Amino acid sequence: MTTVDLHTLTGAYALHALSDEEREAFERHAADCAACAQEAAELSATAARLGLAVHEAPRPALKVEVMNRIGSVRQEAPRTDPATRTPRSGARTRRLSRWALAACLAAAAGLGGTAVWQHDRAQDAQEQARRAEQRTDELASVLAAPDARSRTAKLADGAIGTVVVSESRDEAVFIASGMQRPPGGKVYQLWFDDRGTMRSAGLMDPGRTTEAVLMDGPVDGATGMGVTVEPAGGSAEPTSDPVAVVEFPA
Amino acid sequence: MKEAVDIGRNPSAEPDLQDLMGSVARGDQQAFASLYDAVSGPVLGIVRRVLRDQAQSEEVAQEVLVEVWRTAARYRSDRGTVINWVLTLAHQRAVDRVRSVEASTAREHRAALLERTPEYDEVIEQVEARLEREQVRRCMRTLTELQRQSVTLAYYRGLTYREVAELLALPLGTVKTRLRDGLIRLRDCLGVTA
Ligand SMILES: [Zn+2]
Repeated sequence: MTTVDLHTLTGAYALHALSDEEREAFERHAADCAACAQEAAELSATAARLGLAVHEAPRPALKVEVMNRIGSVRQEAPRTDPATRTPRSGARTRRLSRWALAACLAAAAGLGGTAVWQHDRAQDAQEQARRAEQRTDELASVLAAPDARSRTAKLADGAIGTVVVSESRDEAVFIASGMQRPPGGKVYQLWFDDRGTMRSAGLMDPGRTTEAVLMDGPVDGATGMGVTVEPAGGSAEPTSDPVAVVEFPA
Repeated sequence: MKEAVDIGRNPSAEPDLQDLMGSVARGDQQAFASLYDAVSGPVLGIVRRVLRDQAQSEEVAQEVLVEVWRTAARYRSDRGTVINWVLTLAHQRAVDRVRSVEASTAREHRAALLERTPEYDEVIEQVEARLEREQVRRCMRTLTELQRQSVTLAYYRGLTYREVAELLALPLGTVKTRLRDGLIRLRDCLGVTA
């Protein structure tokens, strides 16, 4: 399709009237064409007005069903800008054993397996797979980083927690094994310990008791990490005592 | 733009929705309950227009609302209003469903298309949001017949522009242009900015 053709697709795009291939071609074009991007945004907003005109009150039971469902649906974490930092020198290196790395990767490969995707369109599924893959890659890179250091701690009820920190990547991975399922409607939330101040580092999958999680956000000098039980969706700050605290390896 | 009128049902509502959305993105279920109250009517409305079938519409509307919860962090206020974001998602999911259903019954596809002829008034008669409806109806009247048919078939019936062209026996390029010109006219008449 020529560029001229693509310029005229803004209307069809806003109305979701393109095939998948055409939509992708248009989106690629609009990424570099400010005029098309602006027009597509305006026409999408116009199309939404057509939707607003056909309001239909749902049965009250639908709200109950939806509220019930979101209690067990894990939210996507806010996107954070990947922090690029210069490696600090002098980090002592303790490579993980091959066995530990293999175990971690096996666990990591199961990331992103929440079951709420069945009705998403292929593009989103791909996007999800791509991001899961990216996260898995990132996670694997942390584990395989030349300066990856680890510390393992016994948690409550015989569970084991391992943190792996790469100073050069400024990222950390938390690997939990044998954790109890969180109580109904609750999740495990991870925190960076910024010298006593807890900074959220994302949620664990409530459906899994063994999981490797790339902690959200840069380590940024945090001295350790903790895990708390929080209401589904997580909290802005911890609302309960930690079930696990692990200091980062020095 | 001479006829542009701001007809948001409650012009002050959108900043509230943006606040709610921020809380929803942080996992606030109370905030989601309020957001649900604000958007579930339009969501079900648009899904129902496209899918027709009551049970399927409720199912898709539910998926959309759960997806709003799940992906709330993707919402960016600098790229449009909350209601726009939610309704765009709702329309996309309804269209996805109608196309997946039709793909599985390809043989009946053409017959189904022919059944779904444009009846804007029939669509619009079922609505409840009177003010918005009147505004959209008034602006729809500023479109040419071909623009109105094309936009209605694409938006309220979930057809691709190829299907619209097939149904109206028009060249593809013509339909593409009609959809764009029609929406531009609606945009100006409704006073939409993005
Ligand atoms: Zn362009």
